[in-house]
Amino acid sequence: MRITRYAAALAATGVVLAGCSSDAGETTEDAADNAPEVATEVEFEPGSTMAEIVEAGELRVGTKIDQPGFGLANTAGEPEGFDVEMAKLVAAEMGLSEDQITFTETVSANREPFLQEDRVDMVAATYTINDARKEVIDFAGPYYVAGQDIMVAAGNPEGIEGPEDLAGTTVCSVEGSTPAETIRTEYPEAELVLYDVYSKCADDLRNGNVQAVTTDNVILTSFVAGDPESFELVGNPFTEEPYGIGVQKGADDFREFINDVLTESFEDGTWADAWDQTAGAITDTEAPEPPTVDRY
Amino acid sequence: MSDSRVLFDLPGPRARRRQRLGSLLGALLVLVLIGLALWRLGSNGQLEPERWAILFDPSTNVPQRLLEALGNTLEVAAVGMVAATALGALLAVGRLSDHAWVRVPVVTVIEFFRAVPLLVLILFCFLFLPQVGVTLSAFGALALGLTLYNMAVLAEIFRAGIQSIDRGQSEAAYGLGLRKWQVMTFILVPQAVRRMLPVLIAQLVVLLKDSSLGFIVGYMELLRTSRSLVETLNFSFGPRYTFQLYVAAGLIYIIVNVLLSQLAKFVESRSRRSPKTTAAPTDLATGAAPGTATGPGPAGAALLGPGRPGEES
Amino acid sequence: MSFLADNFPLLRDAFLTTLSLAVLSGLVALVLGTVLAAMRVSPIAALRGLATFYVETFRNTPLTVVFFFLAFGIVYIDLQFPSRFITAVAALSLYTAAFVSEAVRSGINAVPPGQAEAARAIGLDFRQSLSTIVLPQAFRTVVPPLGSVWIALAKNTSIAAGFAVTDLTAVLQRLANANADELALVFLAVVAAYLLITLPSAWVIGVLERRLAIVR
Repeated sequence: MRITRYAAALAATGVVLAGCSSDAGETTEDAADNAPEVATEVEFEPGSTMAEIVEAGELRVGTKIDQPGFGLANTAGEPEGFDVEMAKLVAAEMGLSEDQITFTETVSANREPFLQEDRVDMVAATYTINDARKEVIDFAGPYYVAGQDIMVAAGNPEGIEGPEDLAGTTVCSVEGSTPAETIRTEYPEAELVLYDVYSKCADDLRNGNVQAVTTDNVILTSFVAGDPESFELVGNPFTEEPYGIGVQKGADDFREFINDVLTESFEDGTWADAWDQTAGAITDTEAPEPPTVDRY
Repeated sequence: MSDSRVLFDLPGPRARRRQRLGSLLGALLVLVLIGLALWRLGSNGQLEPERWAILFDPSTNVPQRLLEALGNTLEVAAVGMVAATALGALLAVGRLSDHAWVRVPVVTVIEFFRAVPLLVLILFCFLFLPQVGVTLSAFGALALGLTLYNMAVLAEIFRAGIQSIDRGQSEAAYGLGLRKWQVMTFILVPQAVRRMLPVLIAQLVVLLKDSSLGFIVGYMELLRTSRSLVETLNFSFGPRYTFQLYVAAGLIYIIVNVLLSQLAKFVESRSRRSPKTTAAPTDLATGAAPGTATGPGPAGAALLGPGRPGEES
Repeated sequence: MSFLADNFPLLRDAFLTTLSLAVLSGLVALVLGTVLAAMRVSPIAALRGLATFYVETFRNTPLTVVFFFLAFGIVYIDLQFPSRFITAVAALSLYTAAFVSEAVRSGINAVPPGQAEAARAIGLDFRQSLSTIVLPQAFRTVVPPLGSVWIALAKNTSIAAGFAVTDLTAVLQRLANANADELALVFLAVVAAYLLITLPSAWVIGVLERRLAIVR
């Protein structure tokens, strides 16, 4: 696999519009100009997964569109966030521009099926690497390590300090996610309320229908940052959730390629830049030490 | 009983006064309820014009997104409507076949798809079909689900229509020496379709509404788009525009569907005037549709006589 | 097959949830819908207008929108349902009531005017002639369309799966996600469970329809 790269400038895609009469107009303005450099003259071995994708001229990426910081659709409907940036990095290294990425919403319960059914080439959607999933798909990465945490109403009226305190309370999470599975198996005393997306959980917590929302801390931090008057993070992570990029089972060449891209981005700072522009900007945190990819 | 005024006396002066009082009290009660709701909304700041402006302010992208989403909704509904109508007519004819080897499988298909929730059908098309080699897009899965479900319902509507045609029609046609397929295509189906048009259109309204189930497969129709906008705006502003966006989505559905229903009523009033269908069918909606198609059936519409207040005719 | 045996408790509970959703909502919708139908033929214009407005609104709104409104919208008028199950029952009943009302009204219209005229002639007032003469006869003609509404309701309960109610469809999604290799079995089990509700209903309605048809 030989990759030659020349710099290629990319025009800003952010749309700045003047004269808004409502606050929401401002969201379109922060579409940052953070497109990674697109590699040119890339060559892949014929028959490889990458060659097929480049041939198709389209990288199909499954992501979330309702998770601030990682994958949230802006008002124009385009997803933005750290996961989205990871996908852009991969695309750029393949010589594909941002326009050649097709994002599809993959809710938690749809991620494996989408890969198995060849609806997407890769999934970057706060996707925890675990053995059960590895039986049906493969993972590149991790590119981030999160931990399961709990979000409660501001002021923490129930005094929830950790998962043990969840017994007897209603806890919201998402069907098909590892946090839901953890609660189901390890803390069965808690009454689990399951939706298809976390934003409905956030709504329910805001309205007082549930007493807690549990999932990975980074997802929760972003919800808290979005509405600090309603939410509060317990800040006591009790699991390790390494986020990987899901690829189709057996696409080992693509997995290795993504691992190379990630490792390079860890070293040359693009990974940290992506963090600063997305999740980092929202939660006001520095980029952590990058993890080490697991080349199994 | 086409005129419900049989049920009560033509009111005399005193009764009319009493009724006017009743109307007034009823109206007052409704106004109080509406007032209460508005007051709560107002005190929660939901009525601020700025919050509603977002729906019309192109710089926020919201109106464009809603419009595009409406387009997606109409697109999938249109595909479903055409396919379901065609297949439904075919199945109806099959169900009335004289040959058991045609009738039995057709009846099985109709009964099966009428008995399974649409949501499950859509999931089946989306999740299971790929395992047997048929990969559908979200659009495809939704369109196929809508088609399968509604073709079964429409088949029953068409069958009721065909069976409601006076037997003299087919007897006369046979008497003239037409074959069975000719009687079907030239005599029965055209009359049945005309007669069942209102029920048919009512079912199409149901189909359009059901396209909102596309959220389950991530198809960006009107409702999923509104929800996505809520998610985005919630994050930036808290729940500032949530209520407004739900109201907008609901209103758009209502407007589009009322327009479709009006079309149904228009078609119905025309076909009622037409001498070709004077034998007004009673309760045709009855034999049909265990879908939600209890729409403005011919029987229901008989009440829409002249001068009924509160009823748009 | 051991897969189904393993998940039997889950499927059974989901089936019971779906069934109770349908039955509870059906009862509430029947009462509310009959009241609405009576309002639509009443002498008081405001009641007629109100009922017509209600029916037209709910008939033209997707059930999913109703769900969203009750789950996440009414909090802005300071209302809240105690649980998601009750939210689902409320959404299903409010929506279905509009269709019940239409079915009952078409039934009322199918009662020959002579019946009401006779009732009026022997001196019964609106309430009496409606409740003792017209409605009992109307309910007879109304059985088939009401049956259709019931079956539609039983199927519509599946939408509650999107709103944190663990019904058959929710379990379908959970099992489908966790057991991609058993997908056919998962669908088979869940579809069979729905058929267990809808097919007998359809059969009973057919029998009733035939029996009542002779009476008139």
